[in-house]
Amino acid sequence: MSSRVFRRGGWNTVGIVLFAVMVFPVFWMISTAFKPDDQINSLTPTWFSTSPTLHHFADAIHTPFFWTDVKNSVIIVLITVAIAMTLAFLAAVALAKYRFTGRKLFIVLMIGIQMLPGAGLIIPLYVVLARYHQVDKLSGVILTYLTFALPFSVWTLRGFIIGIPKELEEAAMVDGSTRLGAFVRILLPLVAPGLVATSVFAFITSWNEYIFARILLNDQGKQTVTVWLSYFLGTSRHQDWGALMAGSTLTAIPVVIFFLLVQRRIMFGLTAGAVKG
Amino acid sequence: MAVAAETTKWSRRRRLTWARAGRASVPYWLILPVVAALTAILGYPIYSLVRLSLEHYTLFELIQHHGQYIGLKNFSSVLHDQVFWHTLLRTVIFTVVNVGATIVGGTLIALLLVRVSGWVRILVTSGLVLVWAMPQVVAVQVWYWMTNFQNGVVNYVLTELHIGNYFEHDWYQTTFSQLGLVTALIVWGALPFVAITLYAALSQVPGELVEAAEIDGARPWRVFLDVTLPILRPVLLILTSLSILWDFGVFTQPYLLIGQAHINPSNYLMGIYLFEEGYLKTDYGRGAAISLLMLVMVAAMSVVYVRKMVKIGDVD
Repeated sequence: MSSRVFRRGGWNTVGIVLFAVMVFPVFWMISTAFKPDDQINSLTPTWFSTSPTLHHFADAIHTPFFWTDVKNSVIIVLITVAIAMTLAFLAAVALAKYRFTGRKLFIVLMIGIQMLPGAGLIIPLYVVLARYHQVDKLSGVILTYLTFALPFSVWTLRGFIIGIPKELEEAAMVDGSTRLGAFVRILLPLVAPGLVATSVFAFITSWNEYIFARILLNDQGKQTVTVWLSYFLGTSRHQDWGALMAGSTLTAIPVVIFFLLVQRRIMFGLTAGAVKG
Repeated sequence: MAVAAETTKWSRRRRLTWARAGRASVPYWLILPVVAALTAILGYPIYSLVRLSLEHYTLFELIQHHGQYIGLKNFSSVLHDQVFWHTLLRTVIFTVVNVGATIVGGTLIALLLVRVSGWVRILVTSGLVLVWAMPQVVAVQVWYWMTNFQNGVVNYVLTELHIGNYFEHDWYQTTFSQLGLVTALIVWGALPFVAITLYAALSQVPGELVEAAEIDGARPWRVFLDVTLPILRPVLLILTSLSILWDFGVFTQPYLLIGQAHINPSNYLMGIYLFEEGYLKTDYGRGAAISLLMLVMVAAMSVVYVRKMVKIGDVD
């Protein structure tokens, strides 16, 4: 018995060390962002600063194009999510509620497309979009983001719609509702949490996207926050680590908050069915 | 009168068939928008990719909107390029190391999560989710700062722990060390998803089975191999194929962490090779040939995953 307690204590220690190692980079980002410059540049690191400052955040926000790029990211992400959710919802209903010839092929495409590496698609997307004058335009980026947002949303929403018991819908139809009526009054409210979770996740993936934005947006006033952050060190003469970490924190905050909200609902999308949780 | 009755009957029947046909076409109308959109934004570019790969297509042709057909010259140029084969080999080794570390590490963390007290489990899981939530570009910047040669915290900690003298050690000097850092960054970012998914799968392992095996005197390693592993196998298969696909096509982390200044043919990975040769050198035709080769390899590798997922999707 005591050996068991002892062993558990040992595992707990390992767990705490693991936690410390894994979380350290995140801690270090935030800690650096609030630290005065002399503590950042000292050869002996300061773990917890006793004199925190917001100075670096002010610097990061005042770098050229920060707000423009935030605005660009928000526009791109919102439009991508709105289009993706509208179109994907219809297709997800088809997959969840109907059996039809070609259904399997459609599923294969939805899953397969998500596996294509973005790097492999940059050349054709760039050339085609250049042909239609969509380079250096937010609309061009939105189109490329839909290539991953659409299949992902179709597949994830399908999972949420399937989760709704058929009987509920049937009961409504027995009560005299039409299929459409049953759909609007029964299905839609039940699937709303799924819609929210899927949109949030599509939001996160689009907000984090880097390579398509990097190749399509060269004009500094047209870039997204990830591109802004990736060029950060290049724009300042000295390596301003404090401001870089403040900028990183600012870029990560919306994503982290949203991710914590939906992680539980979404995490099984990619492995759906393999884990029955 | 009879004629009229006949007509109504006929028209009703016609209406019924129409209604049935209408109902049968509903799913097609529902998927039409997605199919149309993906055909335009993905199908058409992929068709263009095939055409581009057979054309001489550089910045000049891009402005002219017209390439010159040159047959398989792009492919033969790529396949005769030493850099291509070296990059492919490097990417394969890189993928094997990254996937191996991710899956083994993830499994160990999942097994650990089963053994710790409740509060430690919550602590570790929250930490993992936090890491999972970090955007790639942000993670790169943080790692870049931590491994900075002058005052990076990694050098300080390694020196303090007496692992060696890492004072002003530059991690960005050799290919091995550069790709080692990228590996650490990728594995760190991928562990949470793998560990948490495997932990969820582990909670499906019946406790009685493990206990029975233990009472029978089975050693922990045998219990893992004979009881736990078979239950984890389907999840492990999916996680491994996903990791292979992600790591083989990786771009953002190596490109940003190694940095434009240090990227050269000796540390190319497939995604970067393609970016440098096709996009930066504006040789889109040759870049298209490389993309096509890469996409074919990825498609071949994704067969296992897609088949497994379709089977699951089809059952529901």
